[in-house]
Amino acid sequence: MAKKSMRTAINEAIRLEMRRDPTVILMGEDVAGGQGGSADVTDAFGGVLGVTKGLYTEFGPSRVIDTPIIESAIMGTAAGAAVSGLRPIAELMFSDFIGVCYDQIFNQAAKFRYMFGGKAQTPMVMRSMTGAGLRAAAQHSQSLHALFTMVPGLKVVVPSGAYDAKGLLIEAIRDNDPVIFLEHKAMYDLEEEVPDEAYTIPFGEANVLREGKDVTIVALARMVRFSMEAAANLSKLGIEVTVIDPRTTSPLDTDTILESVAETGRLVVVDEANPRCSFATDVAALVADQGFKYLKAPIKLVTAPHAPVPFAPNLEDAYIPNAAKIEAAVLSIVAAGGRNAA
Amino acid sequence: MQLDRDTLAESYRTMATIRAFEERVGADSLSGLIPGFVHLYAGEEASATGICLELGEKDWIGSNHRGHGHCIAKGSSVEGMMLEIYAREGGLCGGKGGSMHIADLSVGMLGANGIVGGGAPLAVGAALSAKTLKTGGVCVGFIGDGASNQGTTAEAMTMAVVLKVPVIFVIENNGYGEFTAVSYHSGGIDLAARAASFGMEAHKVDGTDFFAVNELAREVIAKTRATNMPAVIEVAVNRWHGHFTGDPQAYRSAEELATVRLSDPLVIFKKRVIEAGLLPQELFDKIDGEVADRIDSAARAAIAAPPPDISTVTTDVYVSY
Amino acid sequence: MTITAVIMPRWGLTMEEGTVTAWLVPLGGTVAVGQELAEVESSKLAGTVEATVSGVLRRTIIEVGATVPVGALLGVIADAAVDDAEIDAFVGTFEPVEVAAGEDESSKPKTIEAGGLRWSYLRSGEGGVPLVLIHGFGGDAAGWGFIQGAIAADQDVIAVDLPGHGNSEKTVTDGSLDAQADAVIGFLDALGIDKAHLAGHSMGGGIAIGIALKAPGRVASLTLLAPVGLGDGINVDYLKGFVAARKRRDVETVLRQLFVNEALVTPALAEEIIRYKRLDGAQPALETLLAALLNGQAQRAQYRDKLGAIKVPVSVIWGAQDRIIPPAHAVGLPASVRVETVADSGHMPQVEAADQVNKILKETIAKA
Ligand SMILES: Cc1ncc(C[n+]2csc(CCOP(=O)(O)OP(=O)(O)O)c2C)c(N)n1
Ligand SMILES: [Mg+2]
Repeated sequence: MAKKSMRTAINEAIRLEMRRDPTVILMGEDVAGGQGGSADVTDAFGGVLGVTKGLYTEFGPSRVIDTPIIESAIMGTAAGAAVSGLRPIAELMFSDFIGVCYDQIFNQAAKFRYMFGGKAQTPMVMRSMTGAGLRAAAQHSQSLHALFTMVPGLKVVVPSGAYDAKGLLIEAIRDNDPVIFLEHKAMYDLEEEVPDEAYTIPFGEANVLREGKDVTIVALARMVRFSMEAAANLSKLGIEVTVIDPRTTSPLDTDTILESVAETGRLVVVDEANPRCSFATDVAALVADQGFKYLKAPIKLVTAPHAPVPFAPNLEDAYIPNAAKIEAAVLSIVAAGGRNAA
Repeated sequence: MQLDRDTLAESYRTMATIRAFEERVGADSLSGLIPGFVHLYAGEEASATGICLELGEKDWIGSNHRGHGHCIAKGSSVEGMMLEIYAREGGLCGGKGGSMHIADLSVGMLGANGIVGGGAPLAVGAALSAKTLKTGGVCVGFIGDGASNQGTTAEAMTMAVVLKVPVIFVIENNGYGEFTAVSYHSGGIDLAARAASFGMEAHKVDGTDFFAVNELAREVIAKTRATNMPAVIEVAVNRWHGHFTGDPQAYRSAEELATVRLSDPLVIFKKRVIEAGLLPQELFDKIDGEVADRIDSAARAAIAAPPPDISTVTTDVYVSY
Repeated sequence: MTITAVIMPRWGLTMEEGTVTAWLVPLGGTVAVGQELAEVESSKLAGTVEATVSGVLRRTIIEVGATVPVGALLGVIADAAVDDAEIDAFVGTFEPVEVAAGEDESSKPKTIEAGGLRWSYLRSGEGGVPLVLIHGFGGDAAGWGFIQGAIAADQDVIAVDLPGHGNSEKTVTDGSLDAQADAVIGFLDALGIDKAHLAGHSMGGGIAIGIALKAPGRVASLTLLAPVGLGDGINVDYLKGFVAARKRRDVETVLRQLFVNEALVTPALAEEIIRYKRLDGAQPALETLLAALLNGQAQRAQYRDKLGAIKVPVSVIWGAQDRIIPPAHAVGLPASVRVETVADSGHMPQVEAADQVNKILKETIAKA
């Protein structure tokens, strides 16, 4: 099986679904690139990081639509098209730009079905780049999955690699609810084995990447990789951890998390986002609420600090959770021993 | 009104500084010395310089992601900017902002902006402050052709007209929003005319001609200052480089790339001033030399400077905790 | 005095790297030829590396948990008398071994159109009447990893992904053994193969019997591993569980029934199965095939009475501890059929008793 980057895997998912279903359209800023330019090139970029390259050439301007820089209209158009027969994939270049178009997502698309008494369906996908690590500073580096996860009516996908990205994106496109699909920009070049064929990974089904008896680590996206790195290092110290990637924060596979904590009695949640009212606090609350009896030690959260993402590389590196911080969190609760000692 | 010789020389120095700054930053961005995204202002120097010449200490400007030129023209320290862009201690924003977020409130520079269209409403706010506090100041909001389409821009223009605040929206039309030409992204409409339809006087000017920009700015800014009536200036400029450093610009024809630098605002300025006998060639050469030295030492100093202290990651989130 | 390298083996054509999961002989332990040295896991298969010489295990280079490419040095066997310095020199200068079928074309799946469908298959070896390996329900070509390489040393071997499986198109007709037999005949036509030795496992065994009955002239010999079609009984819970399982843990639980040595069900193997089942069309294909295989709680197709009519050599191999299809189905077959029951194997003798399967397979082919 061929190794493919996450960029290729996402491109393939969109391509296969556009071939299969003529109602699938793609729209966003420079998703093709070069419209109106003097060179007469109409597929110049395929998105700023080249993820949608070649789709315009295959599907043409009626299905791969370059838009002006008007995110509110992009999301609103997608939502309106979705309730009326199309299956739009709307690209929000950086998830930070949600600020200028959040209404169309959280008051409009997310609410239709409920407000209209179950009579509407809004099969749209908002794809967006997320995450820190590219020295892109405070307005291009945030991890905003919590902002979407807290909204009833939205499904939220946070893939941690190429294989999952393809299967989850195809699932997202076929899903009849609005889906927020967040692509970590520091992972586009990471390669994994990815089948050529279409496949789907169901939402709400966590991936257990590694099983160990001592500690449960729950992590998302790039943090899954760091957690696996930490797990390998911890294993050398004789500490065996389970690493769970929920894949989707909404719906959330609470069973897998609780079952694992029942086995290990210890939980570390790793989240690149800010620590307040976050995915990390959400999982911690879940376990405190429904799995308190299993806990042998305090729950530990490894997150970014309560500060915006800094620009300078050394500051950004200090800001983002990493394997060393995860290892330290694990060691702090393994060493703590029993509940009373902790 | 004719500009005096000192002002002419200083205006040229500003433009030359922007140019040299951008060429250096561009090269160091490509070679990896500068982290993050960098959008260069080269080719558009006469716009910021001609407009900011009409602004004083109590006036504000709002900027965008292509903000280095606006900063320099409004009087920010080149050295502080360099430290910021190279992510060093002592940078204008302590290394937390970088190229896309350079701000210098001490000189009335409200900040570059990573959000396209984010700046226009902020400019209205600064104008509201000026009006309410009766400072006599105005605010110029620099926006791109791409940003002129944003809902935030439309809302800002509406707000400015309703509130009657002294804001001048300067649409720097460089023909592209990222990789998409204005003819496509704005549907072929006249950007100034659209802005006028909000209820403002709107003007257009050739942004390669410093004198045309400056004369228009003088007139428009004076009127807005006196009447609190917002206004719009669409400046036609050329973007010499790609959207960001590293953009291969496949969407621009070889012909366009070959000709885009022919109408160089610095060359046009020099020619006019020398032909009018106002300043000699030698003075320009001298300024060029001084500017080159200054930029080089600012860049070297930045490269040699230490990175920000790690402890600052969590500082300055709030004024008080 | 010789120093012998223990290397990461290649099992099957697609294996590129493996993980050492256990050393079964302590460092410094004495080993005999054929003794199991280490447990190794690849993404598809798990098995043991055996000693090819006797001596002392003088070095274990790769620690447990480490993943290394095929051909890498895992350890060193030498006589106790050999100098440590000599062994260190051997280790220091060791060049990873090119293990057959490295990057060559045969390790890559090939595709061909047959009956309007895309078929994927692995082909290796040269010469002779080709051997075609037909996997079972939910399996794929790569599952013959321990068999294909061994037989391909002598001749042309093709392991096919049946429609609905592996990398082949996920379209099955009515899913009956009969229709599948027709489909495989079409596949042989597309490859221009007039005559082949067939080996089929479980459902694939039923397909192979079907082909031999329909097109006797196309079949040179028949080797059947725990085939369907020779009795009523079948583990319906296993089949339904396999189709229903969505999560890796559930798949692991189901798959354990296949083996005597349940440790062979690795998370990686279960993950492979899950990934296959997620492919568009795989799940409906499995459902169709399952419906066609069963008639209530029993097997639908019955070939027991017809086996005697097959004129080419036929061998039946059954794991004595098969929990999917009862080994009793191998009892009372016509005398023309060679029946071999292998002791320490469940439903997957091609994995758990590969050496015996290879031996019987070679003998059956030779008899033709
Ligand atoms: C809200 C938002 N959308 C999109 C972007 C990505 N982006 C950055 S600059 C830019 C183009 C802006 O074009 P224009 O306003 O004409 O300014 P120019 O770059 O030409 O100076 C885009 C789309 C962004 N930063 N913010
Ligand atoms: Mg522009």
